[in-house]
This record gives sequence, C-alpha cells and structure tokens, in this order.
Amino acid sequence: MRVLAAMSGGVDSAVAAARAVDAGHDVTGVHLALAKSPESHRTGARGCCTVEDARDARRAADVLGIPFYVWDLADRFEQDVIDEFVTAYEAGRTPNPCVRCNERIKFAAVLDKALALGFDAVVTGHHAQLSGAVLRRSVDPDKDQSYVLGTLRPEQLAHAIFPLGDTTKTEVRAEAARRGLAVADKPDSHDICFIADGDTGRWLRERLGSRPGPVVDAVTGETVGEHDGAFAFTIGQRRGLRLGRPAPDGKPRYVLDIAPVTATVTVGPAEALDVHSLVADPVVWPYEGPVVCTAQVRAHGRAVPATAQAVGDELHVRLDEPVRGTAPGQAVVLYDGDRVLGGGHIRRLGAGESGSGPRGAGRPGF
Amino acid sequence: MTYLDHAATTPMRPEAVAAYTAALAEAGNASSLHASGRRARRVVEESREALAAALRARPSEVVFTAGGTESDNLAIKGLYWARRAAAPRRHRVLVSAIEHRAILDAVFWLAEAQDAQVELLPVDATGMVHPDVLAAAIARDPDSVALVSVMWANNEVGTVSPIAELAAVAHGYGIAFHTDAVQAVGSIPVSFEDSGADALTVSAHKLGGPIGMGALLVRRGLALAPLTHGGGQERDVRSGTLDTPGVAAFAAAATSAVSERPVEAERLAALRDDLVARVLAAVPDAVVNGAPPGPGLLPGIAHLTFPGCEGDSLLLLLDAHGIECSTGSACSAGVARPSHVLLAMGVDEACARGSLRFSLGRTSERADVDALVRVIMPVVGRARRAGALSGLSGRSGG
Repeated sequence: MRVLAAMSGGVDSAVAAARAVDAGHDVTGVHLALAKSPESHRTGARGCCTVEDARDARRAADVLGIPFYVWDLADRFEQDVIDEFVTAYEAGRTPNPCVRCNERIKFAAVLDKALALGFDAVVTGHHAQLSGAVLRRSVDPDKDQSYVLGTLRPEQLAHAIFPLGDTTKTEVRAEAARRGLAVADKPDSHDICFIADGDTGRWLRERLGSRPGPVVDAVTGETVGEHDGAFAFTIGQRRGLRLGRPAPDGKPRYVLDIAPVTATVTVGPAEALDVHSLVADPVVWPYEGPVVCTAQVRAHGRAVPATAQAVGDELHVRLDEPVRGTAPGQAVVLYDGDRVLGGGHIRRLGAGESGSGPRGAGRPGF
Repeated sequence: MTYLDHAATTPMRPEAVAAYTAALAEAGNASSLHASGRRARRVVEESREALAAALRARPSEVVFTAGGTESDNLAIKGLYWARRAAAPRRHRVLVSAIEHRAILDAVFWLAEAQDAQVELLPVDATGMVHPDVLAAAIARDPDSVALVSVMWANNEVGTVSPIAELAAVAHGYGIAFHTDAVQAVGSIPVSFEDSGADALTVSAHKLGGPIGMGALLVRRGLALAPLTHGGGQERDVRSGTLDTPGVAAFAAAATSAVSERPVEAERLAALRDDLVARVLAAVPDAVVNGAPPGPGLLPGIAHLTFPGCEGDSLLLLLDAHGIECSTGSACSAGVARPSHVLLAMGVDEACARGSLRFSLGRTSERADVDALVRVIMPVVGRARRAGALSGLSGRSGG
C-alpha cells in the first residue's frame, strides 16, 4: 500500500513509520505543522509543535530513507481544535483536544488529503491495536491511547494503521535505538500541545479576558467566593479556588458545576463529585438495546463496569461504580474487555445518588 | 530522476571538479610568504583574474566570500554602515519587493536593529522593477537614501530587471547601487563594468561551481564597512583564510558558464519553451508567470500556476514520480508559504500557493521535459482533488 506516516518528531511515530516500511508499504512521511508561529526550539516537554520537532521528524525520515514533507494545517487546527477548545470552556465544558484533533485533523483533514493524493492509509504512532475494524487497547496499559481514538468512525479506522499496539513504550524506545533513530530517548509529550507552559487557566484568561462571577456552595447555597472567569475552572478541581471561608464540615471543596451564563461556579464536597451516570452525544454506537461494558471517561482513567444504551439521539451510560473527575465535553469510550465498542462526547452528567449537585439538566433514563 | 531544480543548485561542472580536486591536494595558505603560500596565492590570483574577466570587472574588484548570502549581507550592511557614517541622514534603504531572503532579511534586520527605514519598491505584474518607480522613491528625499538594491534576475519567476537603467537612476543622485546577480550570471550577459552597479553578488554553485563559495564585486573606491573582522584578506572588507580550492573551482565554472552561455542559453530557452507549451497543452488552464520569453526572462526558468492545487501537493506527487522541482519559497520549518514574489506581482494568495518553478540547466535534456509532460495531467488532477478539500478550487480565479 501507499501509506502516509504522520511524524511528530517523537519516538513513537518514528518507529511506527519504520515498521510500515518493514511491512513493505510505500511510505511517505509528513510532519503536521499545527502552530501558527512555531517556536524554533522546545522549551518544555511538549514535543510536537516546534521547528526542532519538525527537524527531528525529517531526520528520522532520512534514516528510514522515505520522502518527507511538512503539511501546514495551522489554520485547520486553529479552527477545529483551538477555537473549539476555547468555545467549549466558555460554555462550561471541559474539552479533550487530543480526541478532537484525531477526529478532525489526523483522521479527517490529513486522511482526506492523503486519500485524494492517492494514499491508501495514514500511519500513526498511537498506542492501540487495530485489526480490521476492531480497535483494542495497547498491550502497554500505561501508554494505551485507545481512549483518544475511541470516537473514530469505522470509515476513519478503515484507513488507519497503528503499528505499535502490540509493543510497550519501553520496547519502542529500545527498537528506536536499535534502528539508529536519534529520537529514541526523547521525552514523552504530554498535556496540551498548544499551551506551551501547561497553564490552561492563564492561557484561557489571555484569550477570553476577565468575566467575574460568584463561587456558590452547593450545600448551603451561600456565595463563598468570587472568580474572574468561570472558564478557568474544571469540574473536580480543588486547588486554586481561593475560597474566603472553610466549608461547615471543614472538608475541602471541589468544583461541581460551572454555569457559564450566570458565571456561577458551584463547589461542594468530594462525594458530590461522584458520577453515577452520564449522557453522551454518540459518535460511534452501532448497538440497539442495553450493552453491558466498561466505560472510560478520561484519558488516563480506569474503566468501570457500566451499561450503555442508545436513547433517541443520545447515548445513556449507567456506571456501576461512581467515577470522579469527568465533565461535559470529555469523551466517554466504552469497552468490552480491551476492545473498543464505541463512544461519544459527554453532554451532561447524571447527578450522584445522593442528588446533591445541580449538575446538568435531567438524569439519564433507563 | 528528472532534475528540474537547477535554480536551487546545479551539478558541478567537470572542469570545476578538476580544479577543485587539484587544489585540494595542495597545501598552502594564500597569505603565507613561503613557497607553498605563493603557490596557493598564484591559484587565487589567477582565479580572481579569470572571474573578473568572465564578469567584465577588474581583478581588484573581486571580493571572495562564502556564498551569495554572505555577499548580499556584506553589500547591504556594509554599504548602509559606510554611507550612514559619512552622512547620518542616510537611513532609507530601497530594495525591490521581490528580492531573495538574503536581501530582505538583511534590510529588515537593519530596520529593526539599526534604525533603517526600508522601502520595498513595487514590481509590475511580470516581476520587473521600473526605473521610474525607483526615481520616484528616491526623489521623495534623495539625501536620506543610504542604498538601493535590485536583483538582476528574479530567482522564482526569472524576470530580468533593467539594471543599467536602475543604477543610472541611483547614480543620478549619488546613491550606491547593489544588485544580486546570483541567477543572472551564466544565464544572461552580465557585465559589471557596463551595468554601472557599485556592487554585485555572484554565487558559485548556481553556475556549476562548489557550494559555499561566492563573490561580491565591489567598485574601486566604494566605501564598504566589513561584516567580519580579522586578517582583512580580501580588500580589508572580508576576513578569513581564502578557500583556494573553492576559488579555483568557482573561476573554472564561471569561465566555462560564461563562454558557453550564448549557445547554452539558446538551447535552454528552446527547451523551456517546449516545456511550457506542452504543459499548457496538458493543463490548459495553467498560468505562466513572469516576463514573456526573450531577453527579459532567464532562459532556464518556467514558472506556472496550477489553479485549484496546493504547491506542496504538486511537489509530493511529482517527487513520487521522480520529478524534482520547487515551489520557490519555504520557511525554516519547511512549511510552504505563498511566495512573496508572486504576491508582489499581484497574484492572489490561492494561486500563489499553487505555483511551481521548473528550472533547467546544463544537464537538462528533452527527456526531462518528456518525463514531466507524461505525468503532469494526472498529477494536477490529483492535486486538484486534494485542493478541493481545503476549498481551494473556489478561491482560485486564475
């Protein structure tokens, strides 16, 4: 096959491209330039958006003896990922830009262009196993990325190749060193690639300005503090609330809800964070009737036993064990063992069994 | 492999390789007084005389450098510093809007760090700088102009500007005039003496010499401040031990390129015209950029816009067929940007992005054109399908 290897400049995508070459494919490397004005050198451990990363990718392609190009997708990335990220935060959701980038950039804009140019598939260094249309977790549980791929549609997966799913990250690094790829010991990238210093709150404040509002205690209904932008909070956040007085029970309080229209941030006790059910916009859910499965609601979270069912245009998920630290805007990915069944974007969370939080409108019906 | 990128660099001529390797085997610093030094010095000076003869300059006007970029920087900064030191009012720098980045980035640096006021001289739709445009720009305040620089022939579209007339305009006001003749030398007649220019940039590897070698021709008596300080080997404006093999190979290449030019230019122009005609026959809505064929256009350059295509898609697809050409401009990250040359010529951004430069040279043959013509139609078709995804087809009115 003629395949296009997306090469970030990191070790995973370099080894993935190398394996595609070994598999006998006609491989062309492409580095996606996603930043409008890329820094010339890495300042942190980001590892995908600098000129230095583009050079690392080019050097790896040279070692593999494959053609290499840089595709400028900065405009598309800004529109489909960054703007959407800001809009989502503005609306009180907590988006996952990596999921979005896979849905809209890597397996949409890039894949479409690749197919138009006569390629058959896009190869990436994601840690996940794909055979036929079946997506499974990586054998390396720490590095598994099936969650950020879990909302890809079958027609997208049909043109994807993930050569690294059967290999641990440690083995990938060792293989890179064996192959003479200089990126073998390059640090892992993490966090959000377009927020250089990792300070999402400050980054959002620079874009959105100051929008002050009250911080309200869910238990007492009292205003317990003020903030200058609800967008700087995420559900489940504990640090940085700067509340004037302690909770009546003296226990820490967490962000339970963000109401962007009134700029109200609601806080409450940890128990109120428990999510027992959720409603998602299904991106991939081909099943009728309830499906017993496990559900994962954030990138490095644990999957918990759950039951999922399509109801109208919604996907209702009941969690057998409560989860914390998720929020509308995140993806929910549903598994059968290590196999991805489907997933969607969380529209609202079901209130805890205690009913203590005003979190989202309505509870999912079963 | 079909190499249609001779304007980027062209293979070394055999006589240059011979001169280069012969000199590489000899020890000797041309600045030393002993016999080895004298031998090296003789090679350097004979080469200087040969290069001067090829370019109709005096040997003493040749300042060897490490390439076109260094020569451009020396001319721009050296003239700015020297002329401003003589008269502090001289802070305006007039350069054409279609200069190579070695000129543009040098003048932008002067603006940022040295208080220069940069004015980009507009070009016409073919990429030519008109003398009346220069005259008007100078006339706004002649005493404040530090220097003028206009390239002899553009590296992307191949259009030639009337250098002698432009130099005469500058001289009418007593202003120093520099020209970047990197693409012109060896392709069209270049006489430093007749041009009237005060300084002229030439590069070795564009005419079959080695990469990393160039020269700035500097008129005698011209005040020029040095960029680098040291031994002052080249007229006290350029320091550093001379690259004797590079100098020898440069002179050998320039001598051959200039002497073969009348015949070779005719051959290349015919090949180029054939390429353009056959590409247009295959892709009728392609648009040819630059000056019409003739003395106003470099013989080896064909620059075409393919509406609805992204240049980088065309490059990728042609590369996959073994055909090597160029979009003309790329940033340091390798991202294709719309060419500043085409934008200055009034081409819209979508068309500027969908343009390719095919450049022919000494080793080009009819078979190269045949190879391109065989694949251009399907390649453009595919690139158009990819371009349609990004909405390009809707924006490209030609």
